[in-house]
Amino acid sequence: MSAVATAPRVPVRRRRVRPSTVLLTIGLLVATAVVLLPFAIILFTAFKPVAEVNAFPPTLVPTEWTLANLERILTQLPFLRLALNSFVFAGGVTLFALVFDSLAAYALARIDFTGQRVLLITIIASLMIPFQATLIPVYQLVSELGWVNTFAGLIAPRAADAFGIFFLRQFFLALPRDLDSAARIDGASELRVFWNIVLPNAVPALLTLAIFTFVNNWNDLLWPLIFTTSRDMGTITSGLTLLTGPGGIIPYGVMMAGSLIAVFPLVIAFLLVQRRFIESIATTGIK
Amino acid sequence: MSSTARRYRPPAPLGGRPGARRAVRRRNLTALAFLAPALVILGLFVAWPMLSALRLSFTDASGFGREEFVGLDNYVTVFTDPDVRDAMLNTLWYTVLFTPSAVVVALLLALALNNPKLPFRAFFRTALFLPFVVSLAVAALAWSYLIDPHVGLLNHWLSGAGIRLGNVLEDPVLAMPAVALVAVWKNFGFYFVIFLAGLQDIPGSLYEAARVDGAGPWMRFTNVTIPLLSNTLAFVLIFAMIAALQAFDQIYVMTGGGPYGRTQTIVMEIYQSGFRRLEIGFASALSYVLLAVTLVLSIVQFVFFGRREKDSG
Repeated sequence: MSAVATAPRVPVRRRRVRPSTVLLTIGLLVATAVVLLPFAIILFTAFKPVAEVNAFPPTLVPTEWTLANLERILTQLPFLRLALNSFVFAGGVTLFALVFDSLAAYALARIDFTGQRVLLITIIASLMIPFQATLIPVYQLVSELGWVNTFAGLIAPRAADAFGIFFLRQFFLALPRDLDSAARIDGASELRVFWNIVLPNAVPALLTLAIFTFVNNWNDLLWPLIFTTSRDMGTITSGLTLLTGPGGIIPYGVMMAGSLIAVFPLVIAFLLVQRRFIESIATTGIK
Repeated sequence: MSSTARRYRPPAPLGGRPGARRAVRRRNLTALAFLAPALVILGLFVAWPMLSALRLSFTDASGFGREEFVGLDNYVTVFTDPDVRDAMLNTLWYTVLFTPSAVVVALLLALALNNPKLPFRAFFRTALFLPFVVSLAVAALAWSYLIDPHVGLLNHWLSGAGIRLGNVLEDPVLAMPAVALVAVWKNFGFYFVIFLAGLQDIPGSLYEAARVDGAGPWMRFTNVTIPLLSNTLAFVLIFAMIAALQAFDQIYVMTGGGPYGRTQTIVMEIYQSGFRRLEIGFASALSYVLLAVTLVLSIVQFVFFGRREKDSG
């Protein structure tokens, strides 16, 4: 209660700030602090000397800042290589999926062809298949192709995606038809209409799908665990799990340094586009 | 699927029937060209594996030697083996722990943020969504450190408050809630954003009308918010349940299925039997059980939303 009494009154002339709003704000600040605690522990521990990481009582903020953990992760794991792998894998999947999904979505949204409805229903139905359920035959296929431990093996099975096709189709449908019928009357080919008219108007949807695909693949653990067996072909996410072994002192400092590198690019990318990203998740989640 | 109703139909081409037929053929060929890359990928890496997994589930495939047809043996094992039964019960327990907590946390925060007079709304929204971009693996590492029995900060703070958790990840009772907590932390932001959008779709006039009729905040919540949010709520609940059925990443990192198999889930079991012990036939059967459960949940969701679209449109 004392918190309410001492909370600064915001000087609003007409409307009084209600005590319930002040309480709510304080409650949300506490909740947000709890939610952000793991971020704080990653950031601060990454720069803590080993002695402080394993000290009792534990502290949040380091008294002494060091780059030792970041240096050590580069020697304990081929970390730059893993970062590159993550980037090629997540970036490659994103690029291919964006091209193939948007082409398919265009046909489903804009070209009237025989069997369109059946195909659409099939694609929606395949949305329900969890990838874990088909992992074994997919692995066997990738293995027969000789693609284990290659980028082809990591990327090809995800180069098109039912969710992406469905998501882009919905967006393409919502674009006004006048845009492309005018071009068609002028004799433009479907490919021209797709490339010059529909795609430029679908940039927000493409961007959302790109971030979503990139983040999901960058963060995926099971997929690189299955398709890469050599340490040098793993991703940051799968590589980090190699640091947790049974026995001995757990190297939390190095683990948090690696986590920092894994999380940092995504957090920055997200903060840059967060408004649009959150809004499109909100609207595509249910509509 | 109201959107299929306004599917684009290009104007009928001028001219007689043969021309029309030729135009249809051309359109079909064009469509096929656009669809081909995606269809090849989905055919090779989704459709064919579905059939292949079904076939494998009736064999004793092990990656070596000849595969023998074994009928329903693998499915019998799935439903009778005590370890598999435990993995299913564990997955159910995980779902029960994860789903309501994630959904309730998301809903409460969305309700709090739906207040237009609240300061720092944009900051809260961004901060609360932030865990969603972190991988479960990294989240698992950070939380493992926070609850470490010796040097964990959270453990230290809680023991200062009189709560002694001990070694949570070695504790047969506490390990599962701990791995569920990590998933709640990572995922609630996603559900929260969906709830927030659902709340903002409720017309303000309804609240005004309720207020005029003398309804207090609680009455407005139970008689306006809850009924109008029930579709979103059902969607998020099923969505969260499907996610819970696939629990793997943080369990692999934090407990490896232990202690004493208490956090062994279905996907952990598929991974270990299919890729470690190479019991491919059995793992395929278990995969199909996972698929069936997911399908049932998805169909419930789909039928529910199909009906809702018909009702509203």
